[in-house]
Amino acid sequence: MNPSLFSPEGLAGIIFLILIGVTILGAIIATCTKRLIRSVTGLAVCFVGVAGLYYFLNSPFVAMMELLIYVGAVCVTIAFAIMLAEPDEARLARKISGLSGGLAAICGGAIAFALGYAAVNGTWMAAPAARANDGSLKMIGESLLTRYSMVFELISIVLLVAIIGSMALARGGRREE
Amino acid sequence: MLTLSSQLNTYLIMGAVLFGFGIFGLLRRPSLIGMLIAVELVLSGASINFMAFNRFLAPDPTVGQIITLFIMAIAAAEAAISLSIVIAVYRNYKSIEVEDLVELKG
Repeated sequence: MNPSLFSPEGLAGIIFLILIGVTILGAIIATCTKRLIRSVTGLAVCFVGVAGLYYFLNSPFVAMMELLIYVGAVCVTIAFAIMLAEPDEARLARKISGLSGGLAAICGGAIAFALGYAAVNGTWMAAPAARANDGSLKMIGESLLTRYSMVFELISIVLLVAIIGSMALARGGRREE
Repeated sequence: MLTLSSQLNTYLIMGAVLFGFGIFGLLRRPSLIGMLIAVELVLSGASINFMAFNRFLAPDPTVGQIITLFIMAIAAAEAAISLSIVIAVYRNYKSIEVEDLVELKG
């Protein structure tokens, strides 16, 4: 069955196609540009598309978190690191030879093709007849504080260690004059 | 074409494509920050797979979302740690290209 172009389903389908295009375009910009700051911008564009895909997967909360954490925090942090440690653009441009780029493309393409082939031709288990809940934000909060509370606490310890460790690492080489 | 958003395969192929782009960038980039960007692409490909199986096949539809949230937390921690390593390396070597970092003993 094919919904008409101007029904709500058809418009949602068009938006979905646009989101797929945005994601792939962002991934191309993130991997193929020469300047790193452009590739961070491409990464942000790609994550906006991925957040849209999450929205289509019935989880607006995860989509919002994707925007908040990846676009808002990770990309900005990478941009700051680029400002602090700018690589030599001319040397980088010379170093990317055509052969290594081609080999990398073959490798990545082969892995993507194999994964896609396995995904399409594999037999997954049947969809469940009844869901345990509706997967809403309320249910996520309840699971986080009951069934996954231990993992939740562990992840906060990991984040704490990451904060302290990154400060210690970045400060390490600084000499007292 | 317009019903693609309700098929499991679409999301799985998107995840595979992002994973492939990540591996491509990881092999192609000569600098550490570029490789970090490619790793983020790989992680988001894995997250899309988790979310797709969560939406279509999981009996409990909160599991995949929680795993994706944990992947985001791990990715944020990984980005912070690796960027501070990059800055420490830059301070010692004045370069963040992988080909310049061949000494094991600093």
